Amino acid sequence: MIEIDRVSHGFGRSPVLRDVSLRIPKGGITALIGPNGAGKSTLLSLMARLIPLQAGRIAFDGLDVSRTPSNELALKLAVLRQDTAIATRLTVRDLVTFGRYPRSGGRPGPEDHAAVGRALAEFDLGSLAGRFLDELSGGQRQRAFVAMTFAQAADYLLLDEPLNSLDLTYARALMHRLRSLADDHGRTVVVVLHDINYAAAWADRIVALREGAVVAEGTPAEVIRPDHLRSIYGVRISVIRHGDAPLALHHLADPG
Amino acid sequence: MSRAAVAAAGLAGLALLSLTIGVGDFDAFDLTSDRASQRLLWVSRLPRTLAVLLTGASMATAGVIMQVIARNRFVEPTTAGTGQGAALGLLAVTLFAPATPLFLRMAAASLAALASTAVFLVIVRRLPPTQPLLVPLVGLVYGGVLGAAETFIAYQADLLQYLAVWLNGEFSGVLAGRYELLWVSGAVAALAYLVADRFTIASLGRDASLGLGLNYRRIVGLGLAMVAIITALVVVTVGMIPFVGLVVPNLVSRVMGDNLRRTLPWVALTGAGLVLVCDILGRLIRYPYEIPVGTVFGVVGSVLFLYLLLHEPRRAA
Amino acid sequence: MPRDRLLVLAALLALAALAFMTLGAKGSWSFLLPFRGLRLAALALVGAAVGVATVLFQTVTGNRILTPSIMGFDALYVLLQTALVFLLGGLGYAMLDARPKFLAETGLMMLASASLLGLLLGRGRHDLHRMLLVGVIFGTLFRSLAAFLQRLMDPNAFAVLQGASFASFGSVETDLLALAALLAGAGGAATWRLRHALDVVALGRAPAIGLGVGYDAIGRFTLLIVALLVSVSTALVGPVAFFGLIVASLAHLVVRSPHHAHLLPAAALIGATILVAGQTLFERVLGLQSTLSVVIEFAGGLLFLALLLRARPT
Repeated sequence: MIEIDRVSHGFGRSPVLRDVSLRIPKGGITALIGPNGAGKSTLLSLMARLIPLQAGRIAFDGLDVSRTPSNELALKLAVLRQDTAIATRLTVRDLVTFGRYPRSGGRPGPEDHAAVGRALAEFDLGSLAGRFLDELSGGQRQRAFVAMTFAQAADYLLLDEPLNSLDLTYARALMHRLRSLADDHGRTVVVVLHDINYAAAWADRIVALREGAVVAEGTPAEVIRPDHLRSIYGVRISVIRHGDAPLALHHLADPG
Repeated sequence: MSRAAVAAAGLAGLALLSLTIGVGDFDAFDLTSDRASQRLLWVSRLPRTLAVLLTGASMATAGVIMQVIARNRFVEPTTAGTGQGAALGLLAVTLFAPATPLFLRMAAASLAALASTAVFLVIVRRLPPTQPLLVPLVGLVYGGVLGAAETFIAYQADLLQYLAVWLNGEFSGVLAGRYELLWVSGAVAALAYLVADRFTIASLGRDASLGLGLNYRRIVGLGLAMVAIITALVVVTVGMIPFVGLVVPNLVSRVMGDNLRRTLPWVALTGAGLVLVCDILGRLIRYPYEIPVGTVFGVVGSVLFLYLLLHEPRRAA
Repeated sequence: MPRDRLLVLAALLALAALAFMTLGAKGSWSFLLPFRGLRLAALALVGAAVGVATVLFQTVTGNRILTPSIMGFDALYVLLQTALVFLLGGLGYAMLDARPKFLAETGLMMLASASLLGLLLGRGRHDLHRMLLVGVIFGTLFRSLAAFLQRLMDPNAFAVLQGASFASFGSVETDLLALAALLAGAGGAATWRLRHALDVVALGRAPAIGLGVGYDAIGRFTLLIVALLVSVSTALVGPVAFFGLIVASLAHLVVRSPHHAHLLPAAALIGATILVAGQTLFERVLGLQSTLSVVIEFAGGLLFLALLLRARPT
């Protein structure tokens, strides 16, 4: 379980998160949604200890992120930011092997190589393993980075807007893989998403933020409702049902 | 009283101050009777002060023109290979035809400056417009590469001393009869004022210029020639003074914008004033010895440039 | 395989060293051996220090264009030295023992460069070109300030300074060699222990922290080592301009591996080889004194332009 207790955060004088408390249960996919500036990415970065906590406490299965050594946390949680541009010219296999760093300390053994092989196979990267990252398409590069976090074999996987700059095919494929990580490998996935319908279709739970505070949380059916959407985004959005999942018609003109 | 009048009066004051500073005995109050003082004034003090003013004004103007034709705020002749090109031309003439008269040496220096600046422009055109700070970087390194080539040649040919004179601006050697070429560079700067409007339009880019019915290539060519001539003349007579063409136009632009018809006189005035202040400082700090104006301006100019870089004015997104 | 390539590089260095020691050797070996041997050791040390410092710097700053010299580190050292002579006076400076003086200068240099980088990296981390330009201009400022101070000195102090700081490839400061080797060795050993962590640091801040590496602490520590190595090389041969860029680019080209366990030794070997072979070529074969640095600056400048123009905007 991820415990977030009374977390507040600000950049300069402008507050970004105000007294956020949240429990994210183990297993499944949890999506963080909300308008620009709601504090989703900041919350995710705080959870991933990419920025130090100013107030409050965050713990993964009882491991406090501000007290536990960074390398110990790396065994517990893996993180993927949207910015995947790096200056080093690496092959896909090199990159995925770095996912084993928390365990191998830079000296990968047979067990690590086996794990890398599984990760490459899992993400269909076998034929690309020897290629350099800068020779790949955006979607392939994204896949390589997800494979790296997979190889890290951490219980929790945190992703910050992974669908940005992916086209529809890749976006669906990525959500599919996240689903499989949760269902077949027992990982807990926390993902910041821009599009509420992706969240509605793929996530088990949705946490909605607005102006640095949690305004709604629950299953997609509980959160994706016109009244909640209005309080999250400040506009009127109709919702229909498609199969089991709710579908927000946010792209339609204001129903008036 | 208008701002212009105040500025002109300030510059005149500085110029008078400059006339009284020097090692030789000089009595401003006995000018009418003291022959020696008169001679000193006409042969040394006045030429030096005029040379400083002409250099400052024309280098600042050359900087503006350079920024217009490169369409980048952070370039100037001495940081984009123009000065080094002029020095390379001079080096070649000194090496192969040492007896060439001054006029032809000048022509060679101007042509070499023109060529090196044209190469720079060709490189700049290939750079992505979204990376404005790449342009001055490329210019600085381009100038450095030309400089290294010069140093190598000069070292082999035992001409390092000449090179040092061309590359380090200094006014202590200025006497009547040795600086008059600078009047030509001043005149070129004045000519630039006549076509100021065209330069302003050219700064909007090729498409905008063509849309307004301007021959863009011709105005770029004209600007190129002006920059090359001014730089070559300054390098030959007093040596390179870095940063004048860079910081002065930027300072003026912050206050008054970029309409050259209005700002060009201010650029010239500020350039003349700033170089004069540095020259006076260089003469006073370690009196009776002198610190070359290039060294003083190197410190002042780089501090000002850093300020400009780190405090860019916020624009509305 | 990287290991074989390292062996080839080591063989090349040995060859260059042999040529340096034997070409044009006249007179008794009892004189030549220590004389040339000391210079050889100094050149190799400087080449290795610059190579390692540049690779480290590029890893920590996350790009392949920046080098400590381009960012004005060398100029900073010369300025510090000039300022010391200025403050203590020529006599006072000359009376100090060379070794503690060098240690003090290195310490000051580490402090000063740490604060300079704090300023540069803190402000413009995302804007490579701004950071580069600011670094280049800082370099100009340091050089101008040093020139300015030199003009203010009395001629005696200036002579002292010239003796102390205008070292070059042709006239290496060998007095400090033992101490410099010790310092550089310590820095090298510290980096070697970090080699695996540095592989991860090269991935960038978020991935590195995600993999449990203390990115910020390692970055700061590494930059201090860079400052140490730059002090060593500048004290021995003076500023080196684009030399580091050439070495680091070649090292990446030769080993083609993201692992610092290969990159660092390769950079050290390549740096040492270029300096020893280059100096042999220019001094012994072509008979040209102290022009190696100019040629390196020319070639390095062209390489820098090529890298700048090729780098795609991100």
